[in-house]
Amino acid sequence: MIQATGLARSFFTGRRAGRAEVKAVSGVDISVAEGEIVGFLGPNGAGKTTTLRMLTTLLTPTAGHATVAGYDLATEPVKVRQAIGYVSQSGSTSSQAIAGSEIVDHGMLYGISKQQATTRGRELFDQLDLDGMWNRPTKTLSGGQRRRLDIAMGLVHDPKLVFLDEPTTGLDPQARANLWTHISDLRTKRGSTVFLTTHYLDEADALCDRIMVIDHGVIVASDTPNQLKRQVSGDLVSLTVTSEEDVARAAATLATVAEGDVATDGLLVSARVRDGGVAMPDLLRALDAAGASLESIEVRRPTLDDVFLTMTGRSLRESE
Amino acid sequence: MKFFRETGIIFRRQLRLTLREPQWIVIGLLQPALYLVLFGPLLEPLSRQLGAANAYTLFVPGLLVQLAVFGALFVGFGLIGEYRDGVIEAERVTPASRTALLLGRVLKDMLQMAIQGAILIGLGFAFGLRGSAVGIIVGFILAVVLTGSIAAAGYALALTVKTEDALAAVANGVSLPLILLSGILLPMSIAPLWLQRVSDLVPVKHIVTGIRDLFTGDIFSWGPFWAIFWTIILVVAGVWIGTRTFRRQNA
Ligand SMILES: Nc1ncnc2c1ncn2[C@@H]1O[C@H](COP(=O)(O)OP(=O)(O)OP(=O)(O)O)[C@@H](O)[C@H]1O
Ligand SMILES: [Mg+2]
Repeated sequence: MIQATGLARSFFTGRRAGRAEVKAVSGVDISVAEGEIVGFLGPNGAGKTTTLRMLTTLLTPTAGHATVAGYDLATEPVKVRQAIGYVSQSGSTSSQAIAGSEIVDHGMLYGISKQQATTRGRELFDQLDLDGMWNRPTKTLSGGQRRRLDIAMGLVHDPKLVFLDEPTTGLDPQARANLWTHISDLRTKRGSTVFLTTHYLDEADALCDRIMVIDHGVIVASDTPNQLKRQVSGDLVSLTVTSEEDVARAAATLATVAEGDVATDGLLVSARVRDGGVAMPDLLRALDAAGASLESIEVRRPTLDDVFLTMTGRSLRESE
Repeated sequence: MKFFRETGIIFRRQLRLTLREPQWIVIGLLQPALYLVLFGPLLEPLSRQLGAANAYTLFVPGLLVQLAVFGALFVGFGLIGEYRDGVIEAERVTPASRTALLLGRVLKDMLQMAIQGAILIGLGFAFGLRGSAVGIIVGFILAVVLTGSIAAAGYALALTVKTEDALAAVANGVSLPLILLSGILLPMSIAPLWLQRVSDLVPVKHIVTGIRDLFTGDIFSWGPFWAIFWTIILVVAGVWIGTRTFRRQNA
């Protein structure tokens, strides 16, 4: 569906003497197969939007080339546009307009009939919990409702390839979960391919077959969520012991199975353990034998935050 | 076919948006009426001196062109709002022709101006405008087409500067000398020679002069010829610049 090699884009800011080059994206290779849901994960300013705008023909790459939905980006932009849907990060409807007519007009610009656009538009309003909003001026919608309207706009013509730029920003947890279901349905019910960007690790994890991590305009990792997590050695096992005396005993026992160092913090003893779940029964027996009494135990699979930290040396959250 | 359909979609959308803000329509209609009522009487006693049998054949063509120029130079404000809302990007990501995105808007501006212009001419008649019916119709059409050219350029300008402040500065900066030098309120023929020579460089002046000739029934003469000539040139230039801007990335 998407084949891109060496896609790059620089911007020039300032004038004359103060003129500076910003390398927003410096040579990314992207390959997305039909029916895949691929997530583009990276902190602010990583180059996600710039990449998406290049792939959707809105921005000409300064280097590299790509085929999108089977058409060459540079020579057949109109065919690319016909085949894709795009939900931009910053909205797509006029504040002066009526929600329903915006979506119908947008659909019609893709060549579908007014009737088709209306039917599909109403269906999307229904699925995205926008019922009753059809005749409302968009400026009277709440932020999250307006965001869902943007998403409906990008889907009204049933594109076989959908680009979503941070689709869930501003949505409450319930709307977020609902949108996740909707995005999965795009693939299963309509056979669409989805390429989305996000800051949220849980979102990329829950939704995507494959994740590309981008940082400073370079893709630093590209794999399935599970494979990426496997690159971080082991699960995090955290033991909370009942008293001070137990700390040393628990730490010593944990060290026999740990991948790295054992960390202690008050009554909390933690370490990374390969296949934490499998190691657990033996570990519990050993702790028992050593006479360490436990308050609680937690095994946490590595998160994408851990992955990001391993890849870039920075935590996703601290870079935001 | 596809092109006309897309132009129609944009045209209808823009029309709908305009109708949702009726106060602008009222203001747009009120302005020419005020000019006629408050400025027309001043001109009447002067008309002999200015070489016209009927003051309103001088005045109404000028107001028509003023409507075209002023109205159209400021259409960009709406576009900047749309740009900020992300509408332009959303339209540019569809397969629609970039020229259609521009033309649909321009046609709506032309329709709006045509309605205002027709009311202006109607009011003119009430005040005593008399002239050649054919000439008035041709002159009216020229003014409407001129609106298209200036609106297209106004959109290009808006997409280039992208902020209301900058647009207001440029549009005011352009429109004032344009209005003064094109003899819209008073004909340039009463100006000193140097001023006439300067105004000869302003295409809109030739259009105003030509429309005045048309109104008095002087149809097959050089005045209307140059008016038509310059209108065509300006339309081609305006649509070309406008389309180029709509096509340009980052616009
Ligand atoms: N038009 C522009 N002119 C100059 N610099 C730009 C322009 N657009 C983007 N940039 C710069 O390019 C870099 C990448 O921006 P981009 O919008 O792609 O980031 P992003 O990954 O989408 O971030 P976010 O999570 O905040 O949306 C940033 O440093 C940004 O400042
Ligand atoms: Mg972005």
